[in-house]
Amino acid sequence: MAPSLIAMALFIALPIVSIVVQSLYIDHPQVLIQTETCQPFGGCVTESTVDVAATARLREEAPLGQFNGFGTYLDRNHLAAAEIAALWQGTEGWGDFLAGVYNLPLWRALAFTLTYCVVVTLAAMTLGFFIALAVDAVPRLIRGPVIFFSLIPMLITPLVGALILFWMLNSEGVLGAALQNLFNDPNLSTRTSAPLTWIMLMVYGTWTNTPFSFIVFYAGLQAVPRETLEAAMIDGASRWERVRFVVLPSLRPLVLFVLLVQIMDNFRVFEPIISFNAGANASSLAYEIYRSLNTQTSQLFGSAAATSVITIGFIAVLIVPILMRVARELQSGRGA
Amino acid sequence: MSAGGPLSRRPLWLRTFTIGFVLFWLIVAAFPFAWTVWGSFKVQADFFSQDSWWNAVLGTNTLRVTGSAFTTDGYYGAWVTTGFWRAVVNTAIVTVCVTTISLTFGTLGGYALARSTHRYRFWILIAALFFRAMPEVTLVSGYLFPFFRFNIWGYLPTAIIVLVALNQPFTLWMMYSFFQGIPRDLDESAMVDGCTRFQAFRLAVMPVMWPGVITTGLFSFLLAYNDFTVTGLVLSAPNQTMVPKIASYLGTVQSEGAIMFAVAAVVSVTIPIFILVMFFQRYLVSGLTAGAVKG
Repeated sequence: MAPSLIAMALFIALPIVSIVVQSLYIDHPQVLIQTETCQPFGGCVTESTVDVAATARLREEAPLGQFNGFGTYLDRNHLAAAEIAALWQGTEGWGDFLAGVYNLPLWRALAFTLTYCVVVTLAAMTLGFFIALAVDAVPRLIRGPVIFFSLIPMLITPLVGALILFWMLNSEGVLGAALQNLFNDPNLSTRTSAPLTWIMLMVYGTWTNTPFSFIVFYAGLQAVPRETLEAAMIDGASRWERVRFVVLPSLRPLVLFVLLVQIMDNFRVFEPIISFNAGANASSLAYEIYRSLNTQTSQLFGSAAATSVITIGFIAVLIVPILMRVARELQSGRGA
Repeated sequence: MSAGGPLSRRPLWLRTFTIGFVLFWLIVAAFPFAWTVWGSFKVQADFFSQDSWWNAVLGTNTLRVTGSAFTTDGYYGAWVTTGFWRAVVNTAIVTVCVTTISLTFGTLGGYALARSTHRYRFWILIAALFFRAMPEVTLVSGYLFPFFRFNIWGYLPTAIIVLVALNQPFTLWMMYSFFQGIPRDLDESAMVDGCTRFQAFRLAVMPVMWPGVITTGLFSFLLAYNDFTVTGLVLSAPNQTMVPKIASYLGTVQSEGAIMFAVAAVVSVTIPIFILVMFFQRYLVSGLTAGAVKG
C-alpha cells in the first residue's frame, strides 16, 4: 500500500499545494528603461525599452514572480469581482446582467462546462438506459456486435473520436453538408454559429458517453430478479409499469454510480474543444487552464493555477453531495 | 429480464421498433469509424467535398489526381514524411511503462487496502475518488512549473511518472474491488499453512487475481494511450506521442493534403483500440461494471 500512497501524495496532493502557491504569485513585469531621445529638429521623444538583463535577473532571484495575494483570483480573467460589481450596479435587468457576465472568460467557460455536463450526463444516461432495455429484448445474435461496436466510441481516444465526428459534422463533411442542403443555408457552419458549436459538442459528448451507461445498465438488467417481474406481470402491471416500478428501483445503486462517473468525466470536457477548433465559440474550465499553459510567449502559471483552484472548488461543490452518499453506503454496506 | 420469455409476448410493433432502435444505435456507433477509414484512402477534395458525398464514396477526385480510386498518400505523408512512426514508438514506450508500473503499485496497494481493517482505509478510498474527479489539467498546471525549474520538462520518463500518478486513484479502486471479491479465507488458510503475508499474496491470491489484473491493466493502458492533457503539455516536440502529434497536424498551416495526414494518423490510432476491444471485450465489460456492482 505504501508505494501507491506515496505516489498519490507526491504527485496529486503536492501539486495541489503547488497550484495554490503559484496562484498567489504573478509574473514579474518587465523592467523598463526610460530613455529620452531628442532630435535636432522636432522635440524630444521618451521611449521605454525592456531591460532584458534586469528582467532576467529578477526572474532568477524570485522564479515564482511577485507576490500578488488574491489579486489573480479577482482580476478580469478569473472571478472578475470588480467587473461583476460594476455590471450589477449598472444593469438593466437580468438578461443584460447575464450577457455581461457571459463576456468574462471564466464565467463563459463555467457556463459552457455546466451546460455540457448537465445536458450530456442526462442525455447519455437516458439514451443508455433505453438502449439497454432494447438490447435486452432483441435476439442474442445481435447483442454481441452491438456491445462490440458500442465499446469503441467510449474507449476511443477523446481527441481522435472528436476529430472523427468533427470531420463529418463540419461544413465540408458528410453530415454538415447534408445539414446545409436540408436547411438550404450555405452559411450554416460550426465556425460561424456559437449555438451550433455547442450543439455539436454535446452531440459528440452524448455519442461517446452513452455506451458507458448502456453497458452498466445492461449488466444491471441481467440481475433484476425474475420472480419480482413475473409477480408484477401476474398482478397485471403493464410493460411500462414493470419498467417503472420493478426495473428502475433495482437499478438505483447503478444510477448513482453512473451519475458520479459521468459528472466527473463531463466536467473535465477539454479535448473536443481542441478537436472542433471551437475555442472562439465555446470554452471550458479545463480548456482555459490549457490555454494559459500553452501560450507561445510565456506561460501564465499564476493564471493557470488560479483557474485550477477555482475549478477544483467547483468540482468539489458538485461532487461532494454524491460522494457523501457513496461514503454512507460504503460504510453501512461493507462495514468498513 | 433476460432473453426468451418476455420477448415472445411482445406485440409486433414493439418488436420491430426495438430492433429498429438497436440497429439505429449500431449505425450511430459504428458508421463514423467506417466512414473515416474509407475516407482516409481518398484525397482531401473527396473526403471533404461540399458538393456531394458521392465523391467520398466513389473517389472521383482521387481517380483524377492519382489514377486510382484509392490512395495511400495520406499514410505515406503521415508515417514517413512527417515522422509519425517516431510518435508511435514513443507511445509504445509510454504505455508499456505506465501500465507495468501502475499495475505493480495498484496491485500491492489494492491488496493492502482490501485486507486492511483500519479506519483510514475508508478515507483513502474517498480521497482517491475525489482525486479522480479533478480534471487532469488542474494537476498538470501544478507540475509544469517545478518541471521547468528542475529541467526535466519534455522527456518521456517525466510523462510516464505523471501518468502513473494520475492513474493511481483509478487503479487502486479497481484493484480494491477485485480483491474484495476474493474471500479472506484463501490467504488466511495459506498463512495458517505457514506462508508469510507476502507469500500468501503471491502464491494463493495472485493466481486467482489474473482476470482482475488483466482488466485493470487494460484500463491503465487506455488511460495512457488516450491521454492528451499530460502528453500534450509535458512532452517536447521530438518526444511527442501519437495524440499530441495529431493535434500538431491541426495547428499547422493548412497545406493541401496535410489534413489527410491527420485523417490517416487518426485511423492509425484507432486500429489498436479496435484490436484491443476485439480480443478483450469480456474483460473490458467486466471492468466497467466491477466498480458499479461492488463499489
